[in-house]
Amino acid sequence: MIRTGGQIVWECLVREGVDTVFGYPGGCILPAYDAMLEYPVHHVLVRHEQGAAHMADGYARASGKVGVAVATSGPGATNLTTGIANAMMDSIPTVFITGQVSSKVLGTDAFQETDVTGITLPITKHNALVTDVREIGPAIKEAFGIARAGRPGPVLVDICKDALQASTDYDWDSYPGYEGDPPRSLRKEDVQTALDLIANAKRPLILAGHGVMKSGAMAVVQAFAEKTNTPVALTLLGLGGFPASHPLCLGMMGMHGEAFVNVAIQEADLLIAFGMRFDDRVTGKLSTYALNAKKIHIEIDASEVGKNVRVDAALVGDLRTVLESLMPEVPSRQHPEWHARIEEGKAQTRSLDIISRPDEGRLLAAHVIHDLWRATKGNAIVVTDVGQHQMWEAQYYAHEKPRTLITSGGLGTMGFALPAAIGAKMARPDAEVWVVAGDGGFQMTQCELATLQQEKLDIKIAIINNGFLGMVRQWQEFFYAKRYSATPILSPDFVKLADAYGIAGHRVSHRNDVIPTVEAARASGRATLIDFRVEQEESVYPMVPAGADLDAMIRRPAAVAVEALGVRA
Amino acid sequence: MKHTLVARVKHQPGVLSRVSGLFRRRAFNIDTLTVGGSEAPDYARMTIVVDTLRTPAALVAANLRKLIPVVEVIDVTHMPTVERDLALIRVKCAPSERAEVAGLADIFRGRVVDVAADSVIVEVTGDAEKLDGLLDLLRPRGIIEMVRTGKVAMLRGTASSSLRTSATELAKGA
Repeated sequence: MIRTGGQIVWECLVREGVDTVFGYPGGCILPAYDAMLEYPVHHVLVRHEQGAAHMADGYARASGKVGVAVATSGPGATNLTTGIANAMMDSIPTVFITGQVSSKVLGTDAFQETDVTGITLPITKHNALVTDVREIGPAIKEAFGIARAGRPGPVLVDICKDALQASTDYDWDSYPGYEGDPPRSLRKEDVQTALDLIANAKRPLILAGHGVMKSGAMAVVQAFAEKTNTPVALTLLGLGGFPASHPLCLGMMGMHGEAFVNVAIQEADLLIAFGMRFDDRVTGKLSTYALNAKKIHIEIDASEVGKNVRVDAALVGDLRTVLESLMPEVPSRQHPEWHARIEEGKAQTRSLDIISRPDEGRLLAAHVIHDLWRATKGNAIVVTDVGQHQMWEAQYYAHEKPRTLITSGGLGTMGFALPAAIGAKMARPDAEVWVVAGDGGFQMTQCELATLQQEKLDIKIAIINNGFLGMVRQWQEFFYAKRYSATPILSPDFVKLADAYGIAGHRVSHRNDVIPTVEAARASGRATLIDFRVEQEESVYPMVPAGADLDAMIRRPAAVAVEALGVRA
Repeated sequence: MKHTLVARVKHQPGVLSRVSGLFRRRAFNIDTLTVGGSEAPDYARMTIVVDTLRTPAALVAANLRKLIPVVEVIDVTHMPTVERDLALIRVKCAPSERAEVAGLADIFRGRVVDVAADSVIVEVTGDAEKLDGLLDLLRPRGIIEMVRTGKVAMLRGTASSSLRTSATELAKGA
């Protein structure tokens, strides 16, 4: 059937199962926006294209489906780039459709022309410039296939305005799509090496990453851990992939992981890595990382194997498929001494834990997160921004289920939380969605409060407001002699700001108001922002300084406790 | 250590910038990179010589394979191959020395392809060592200008290779 390029865009999206897109119109994408009115797709008008990209990202993370964002050429497309890079670093299946100037003027620095495929080359899994209406359908079909296949990621399709305006025959079934690489079979000797290492390990540890959720391997990972009696440490993006309440779950590893977890990694004689990439935030200094341990790496992306850490057995493939094929041969093991050793460390960690300490009338961010977890019974989808509050969330909000923590990992993108939460809520309207953001990051994308209201979304927002760019301030405290260069930050009155958007706003400055305010917000059935005025100069402990040995952690001072913390004027 | 990777890639706009962008972004060291046609019009061949001091060749290959237009990558370093590099060398040469320079070129199966009043252009094809050998001999005369193509490589023998377009693909008009 004959369709315009603009119509073909939507024909393809509908065919791919897309019912929601996030975007912002403009000159070159106008033909597509005009055609959109004829199709059953809900368009969420954002306030800035970066928001659209994060919304598509949050939508994908919450649902497992492909998130889609649309923008015009030039500044529209360049505004997407932070969100695209974010999706790339965290392997989020997303498709970005951008308008481009007419093919006749390409390369002439026409109005709002930017080399978008050039700009996004290193931050997309793939991209394509479409100059001919006949290529639109095939390019979009291929884009969805690539976004989903193997290790997922963002794909951008840049379409010239004249291609969107022209007409051609639309025939979905004739487009080849993306076939992808056939799954590779595992090498027998690698499998045997892995099984032998598992059979002989005395101090094994599982390192579980984002890949557990991406491959839907939660059940088989749990079965493997139980059969081999192996404790499980999680990466930030792996949280939720293994139930926090499971006796084998240790919690988060790495820069702000619990001390006993990092010590266990350094003491382990076998690390079994599931769908993770040995990021520097996880390993600390590579030359001293887990020197006692043999390593098994099960990972879908062959280019991650041996990139940072030398491994003894590499099994390249989909985690769930690989583990399921391995399970019948995996030996049953017991490691009582190893578990006892880890328990010792846990007890010591607990003694320094801020949760075990009295608040003495002051509001500590960790307590806020802990209370939020208690009030929501751990059942909310929490979408965080980046910084101290993010690490406190990871430490004190116990995630039982996959896709309940949505956070910017690899890129560490401030401003992610609010738009990503909008995407998550649209993907899962029945879920309770909480934004947890700092006062700094929240201000980067707070314009999306308007989008939230426009879509009538019941999202709760907890601002962990300490008057500083807290994580940077913490680095300045530890490593730059407390010279607080450009980290104190002025914020608006967030309660009034919420009110301006028609959103309920509350301010909380005392611990005993936390749970009642959270409960009231939950019961209200409407979007609510809570401004938690927390201690200004509190730090996230423990901390592995960047580039230091993994077990060289800065611990919470034992005696200093909360008395030494600054009190808000 | 130098490794020679041969890649079969879809012949489409931007494929070279994807490959070179990858090498730049990941700080892989390229010694030479050649790109050109293959037996099938829809596919091109790249021969890439990489310095693997910092990054193992297998990791470079795994990264290349992630690029969508890259169909296959093989590390042929330790395989029997035919390897060729071509050089054009403009060397100072008085009329009285022409025969001597032509003779030198001839030993390396090269030839003089252009003659000017005070110089000649020598063309020579072969593996890198052979070209280096001739260059060493010509250098004392004064090399005015030189261009090399970089290495191209092909596996020896008749064994099937995934670097080739399959018969089915060729039949489909690839």
